[in-house]
Amino acid sequence: MRGATHAKWAALATAVALAATACGGGDDSGGGGADGIVSSSWGDPQNPLEPANTNEVQGGKVLSMIFRGLKQYDPKTGEAKDMLAEKIETTDSTNFTITVKDGWTFSNGEKVTAQSFVDAWNYGAHLKNNQKNAYFFGQIEGYDQVHPEKGEPTAETMSGLKVTGPQTFTVKLTQKFSTWPVTLGYAAFAPLPKAFFDDHAGWLSKPVGNGPYTVDSYSKGSQMALKRWDAYPGTDKAQNGGVTLKVYTDNNTAYTDLTAGNLDLVDDVPASQLKNVEADLGDRYINVPAGIIQTLSFPFYDPAWNKPGQEKLRQGLSRAIDRAQITETIFQKTRTPAVDWTSPVLGEEGGYKDICGDLCKYDAAEAKKLVAEGGGIPGGTMKISYNADTGSHKEWVDAVCNSINRALGNDQACVGNPIGTFADYRNQVTTQKLKGPFRAGWQMDYPLIQNFLQPLYYTNASSNDGKYTDPEFDKLVDQANAEADTAKAVGLFQQAEEVLRDDMGAIPLWYQNGSAGYSDRVTNVSLNPFSVPVYDQIKVN
Amino acid sequence: MGRFVIRRILQMVPVFIGTTLIVYFLVTQMGGDPIQNLYGEKPVPDNIRATLTAQYHLDDPFFVRYWYYFSGLLQGDFGESIAQGRPIVELLAEAWPETLKVAGVAFTFELVIGVVAGVLAGMRRGSFVDNLVLVSTLFVIAVPIFVLGNVSQTFLGQEWGLFPVSGTDDGFSSYLLPGMVLGSVSLAYIARLARASVAENLRADYIRTAKAKGLPKSRVIGIHVLRNSLIPVVTYLGADLGSLMGGAIVTEGIFNIPGVGYQLFTSLNVEDGPAVVGFVSLLVLVYLISALVVDMLYAVLDPRIRYE
Repeated sequence: MRGATHAKWAALATAVALAATACGGGDDSGGGGADGIVSSSWGDPQNPLEPANTNEVQGGKVLSMIFRGLKQYDPKTGEAKDMLAEKIETTDSTNFTITVKDGWTFSNGEKVTAQSFVDAWNYGAHLKNNQKNAYFFGQIEGYDQVHPEKGEPTAETMSGLKVTGPQTFTVKLTQKFSTWPVTLGYAAFAPLPKAFFDDHAGWLSKPVGNGPYTVDSYSKGSQMALKRWDAYPGTDKAQNGGVTLKVYTDNNTAYTDLTAGNLDLVDDVPASQLKNVEADLGDRYINVPAGIIQTLSFPFYDPAWNKPGQEKLRQGLSRAIDRAQITETIFQKTRTPAVDWTSPVLGEEGGYKDICGDLCKYDAAEAKKLVAEGGGIPGGTMKISYNADTGSHKEWVDAVCNSINRALGNDQACVGNPIGTFADYRNQVTTQKLKGPFRAGWQMDYPLIQNFLQPLYYTNASSNDGKYTDPEFDKLVDQANAEADTAKAVGLFQQAEEVLRDDMGAIPLWYQNGSAGYSDRVTNVSLNPFSVPVYDQIKVN
Repeated sequence: MGRFVIRRILQMVPVFIGTTLIVYFLVTQMGGDPIQNLYGEKPVPDNIRATLTAQYHLDDPFFVRYWYYFSGLLQGDFGESIAQGRPIVELLAEAWPETLKVAGVAFTFELVIGVVAGVLAGMRRGSFVDNLVLVSTLFVIAVPIFVLGNVSQTFLGQEWGLFPVSGTDDGFSSYLLPGMVLGSVSLAYIARLARASVAENLRADYIRTAKAKGLPKSRVIGIHVLRNSLIPVVTYLGADLGSLMGGAIVTEGIFNIPGVGYQLFTSLNVEDGPAVVGFVSLLVLVYLISALVVDMLYAVLDPRIRYE
């Protein structure tokens, strides 16, 4: 039996060892109050953390903490307020003179000058740097030379950018765009220090910016620790001692850690936990519309879908969709029924307004009447195309079709048309192969009404996949872009939106919501227009 | 023995080339558009598409692309991830240590506990210990791993605080619970294998002989029974090592370990061909090497096995 006894001892020793090491778990959060550290869920950024190369929310979190641009969007109202901009002047909505505030530095001590901006923008625009947000600079004169549609660049810098003094530079756009300064709050327009260009690899492993936080340590794939920068010159100083971004590969795990008290903030509550949110978090759950709208686009390139009088058909279809019910049952209120073609993040002053009115309200009788007046559905049946591989589009497309069929009293009126992969779907959309309405989603680049209308519905615009065109709409957009007064410009854009409504150029469905949950250790948590938590405002109890 | 090892290593070369070729072929046939994935719903500028297509040889014929890939591989260059724009070597260097730690815990756990439980049960068939081992292993085999993972995370981690809930911040103890969950199913199989094999060998003639000639019991069990009983267990462990490295997607997800399983999963999702091939190539190597080690262990365990 001696062999067996040895085995027993080995088992016992292992068990003891396991138990002993298991006690190591603990809380790494620091003290409370103004120096408390906030821990927040994160995902590995898809791209290197260059400002002009980050088009997703994970990288956006870091940039929102370590950079400040000429403008900053107010998290509550969405309004673009001057941050580093002393003033931005124009007389013709094409030539802008920008004065950068004195007294700002990067956290490594380097002064933020006009040159910091011009160098950063030229870097972002240049083809060889392969920056995803390069098109943001497309309105600046000379962009076509540094980022031609085809072939090699013929210039190193954009001719529309000129440094005229230590703190001033001028920008020349290719066409009138009066609300262009509002776009400058986007991270792509952030200034860059010399270190970015001199030691690029070093900068990427520990980015240096001019925002309220500095990067303390960054281990790719697991976490980034950011510390409050005490010498930060801005008015929006961090209200906490720092933020630790922890990478979670599964948002369910992040949620579990939040409820276990190991994490202060998750900014993406998993769908499977929505039913527990109330019980787990109570009022520590945020669910507000983001700058993302989902619509149904029509194939105006197809003669069957482009006959005069068909606007009634499209309006009828819009009235046949029970948005309130679908957002509640299919999306569990993580979508908000749409009432216009923009997004609530714009705020009233930015142009968000219930323009759709009754046309976005469900009414079966009215829907039936309008569809009949509009000549009925071409071919008797319409297919709503969507990609079946991601985003669970099948559920809501089927629900929309059900709603339409029910309203029209016709089982054959609408069916879903799944397309296997997203790539194939995009390919068919951009080459005008689809024979019926198709789903479309638009995530804003910057909180500006222009960005919700022009790229999508202007004749031949870059994302106008349905080839919608209306001279009246184009004229109003042009006028709005030429209008120097922002309030008037917004009014003109809203008029253009009314044209779009009367045509029903696309059916607005719903706004996607951003969500967040937080622990009772922290207060004052909110999401900015890009659905990124406003970290600098968070207070630790 | 030396000649055997050399021959096996030489055989690995065509196997490695063949498997990477097949994997590379399958990945290129996924039919997706990795460049579009970079841009989500937004249109991809033509010029960027052209640049990236040239950079990753996406338009070249299959064998040309494979040649670029393989010649790079020979120089230790795994290429660059399309989705993340970083060298795949970097991704490998981040993910493998994490997975190795989890797999190491799992492997030790299943080896030690599994063999001990199996041997104890096998020596006293029908006893309480035997029944306990049989019932508990049956339970572990029957329950899906994500249930096991979530339940143990909720109770052992969250409710009772015995282990860290998730992440890798707590050093070695972070890897204990994920490792134990990951190793639990194999542990059950190993315990059952060892039990059956010990029980069988105990009745063998040579054991009766060993007992009859008066050998001490510890020697009979420790040398004669164990050594012969371990051959199926070692075979199983060798094969299991490979699957521990690559198949931990669920466990790594639940416990938030940024390892190989997770990287493979995300790379597949965004159709990042080069990254998938890189991770799988390394997995192939792990399988090949662990198979070789297992074959060599046979000779140590059973001197009757000779290599020619």
